Amino acid sequence: MAVPKKRTSKSRKRMRRSHDHLEFTAAVTDCPTCGEPKLMHRVCPSCGTYRGRQVLPPAE
Amino acid sequence: MRHLKSGRKLGRNPSHRKAMYRNMVTSLMEHGRIQTTEAKAKELRRIADRVINLGRKLPLSALEGLEGEALAKARAARVHHIRQARRWITDRAVLEKVFGEYAERYKDRPGGFTRVLKTGFRAGDKAPMAVVELVDELEVATETGPNADEVEPAAEAETAETEEREESAEDGASDAEEPVEDAPAETSSEETGA
Repeated sequence: MAVPKKRTSKSRKRMRRSHDHLEFTAAVTDCPTCGEPKLMHRVCPSCGTYRGRQVLPPAE
Repeated sequence: MRHLKSGRKLGRNPSHRKAMYRNMVTSLMEHGRIQTTEAKAKELRRIADRVINLGRKLPLSALEGLEGEALAKARAARVHHIRQARRWITDRAVLEKVFGEYAERYKDRPGGFTRVLKTGFRAGDKAPMAVVELVDELEVATETGPNADEVEPAAEAETAETEEREESAEDGASDAEEPVEDAPAETSSEETGA
């Protein structure tokens, strides 16, 4: 069975793990109506508008 | 292969699924607007559009001026449409609404009677949620929702930006306020509560 000949150094281990992180990929914009951040193509959760129309009651 | 297999199963067997669609279509037609998951909302469009279309093919106004055999034929077709729609609508009053109110409202619109708006994620299971509405229902909701007084200034300013509402917003306050009193205020309020 294949077995490592040398222990992996802290440096190697850390270099390997340099890509092991989450990336922030959500499509977020600022709501054109209230300025709060919102997901694209979704009704704004804070003011309840979408494309300039009041769709839901605004959050308290 | 997935060829010709359209539609979602939604984790239900066919009878369960169909029963659910019937309830959803009926609710949508009754309230004009319902909140549900995104997947169900998208499925609902197919059926809801079909039902509205059945209603608008031959509105009552289209029977006026017909006589004799033509009238009899049109009446028979209308009865058939009503029976077809009844497969999806469980409530007599709602059926009448589809063949009366909605038939007139949508008689000149060539399809696309529903709109799905994504609204975020459900607390509990993070299911993506959406609001399905009949397209002209939104204007009514904007003006007459329970929060209408709170959001009025903002809502007015915003509706002015959208093309269809442009004229009526500019027509002056007196015109704009009239439908607020006539229209049923509760239709869309409850189920849209955040």
